[in-house]
Amino acid sequence: MAKTQDEVFNEVREILVDSLGVDEDEVTPDAKLSADLGAESIDFLEIVFKLEKSFNIKIPRGELIPDNVLNNADFVQNGKLTDTGLTELRKRMPHVDFAEFEQDPDVSKMMDLFTVQTITNFVLTKLNQ
Amino acid sequence: MRWIWIDRFTEFVPGQRAVALKNVSLAEEHLHDHWEPCPIMPASLMIEGMAQTAGILVGQARDFKEKVVLAKIRTAEFSDVVYPGDQITYIAEVETLADEAAVTHGTVLKNGQPIGTVDLMFSHVDQSLSGVKVPEENFVFTGQFERLVAPLLEGRNG
Repeated sequence: MAKTQDEVFNEVREILVDSLGVDEDEVTPDAKLSADLGAESIDFLEIVFKLEKSFNIKIPRGELIPDNVLNNADFVQNGKLTDTGLTELRKRMPHVDFAEFEQDPDVSKMMDLFTVQTITNFVLTKLNQ
Repeated sequence: MRWIWIDRFTEFVPGQRAVALKNVSLAEEHLHDHWEPCPIMPASLMIEGMAQTAGILVGQARDFKEKVVLAKIRTAEFSDVVYPGDQITYIAEVETLADEAAVTHGTVLKNGQPIGTVDLMFSHVDQSLSGVKVPEENFVFTGQFERLVAPLLEGRNG
């Protein structure tokens, strides 16, 4: 039977507690992985490995965090995502809520897109594929 | 002093598992500073010992072509101290081996008894640091580590 949103969230929370050394109550759906939970790039990689194992899914490189976007001049100008860039990101990250980010699509805030809910949505999308 | 914190491999299964020994000796300078009245093996150097055991395991899996660097200490727990005269065993097992990184699980024994867990994560520098300039040559595997593991690999390919 397919996993429910709650089941996926609980498993994601367990992975984040283990990978980031944070307390369970810090891992709320809105918590940002980098800003709130202290995740660094290597942690994202570890989280990807754990998601793959835990949910028995395959996550190709660049799927959770798109690559080749920030270094493309059509997508980024003056440190901000262009409209073309935002459209591209939206296409490649259907699991992400862009509402807040598109107000000020500053590249330095891009990691804020990755909340616990984002990861949960991502896994749910992968499980339903 | 050479920065080699393992003496010998006793088991090496490529891509899967490695076991290395380290005999702790009072001839080692650092023990006299840690601490003079009571020399004990620093936990940080036991993490290094495991990092070398697991790092060579990860490096050999890609024929020492990748620059394997320690990226994260996932867990480091020790329940006992190690004195001069004790023998440490590092047992490293590969959990995940991917293009850009590897995850290992490690158990530390003191005179045959488990006293610790050291779980690590390694990064393959070329694959994961796009845009960052790193030296061409493999500064991690310079030969001395390969020589340590060579006796256990002999005959495997023949």
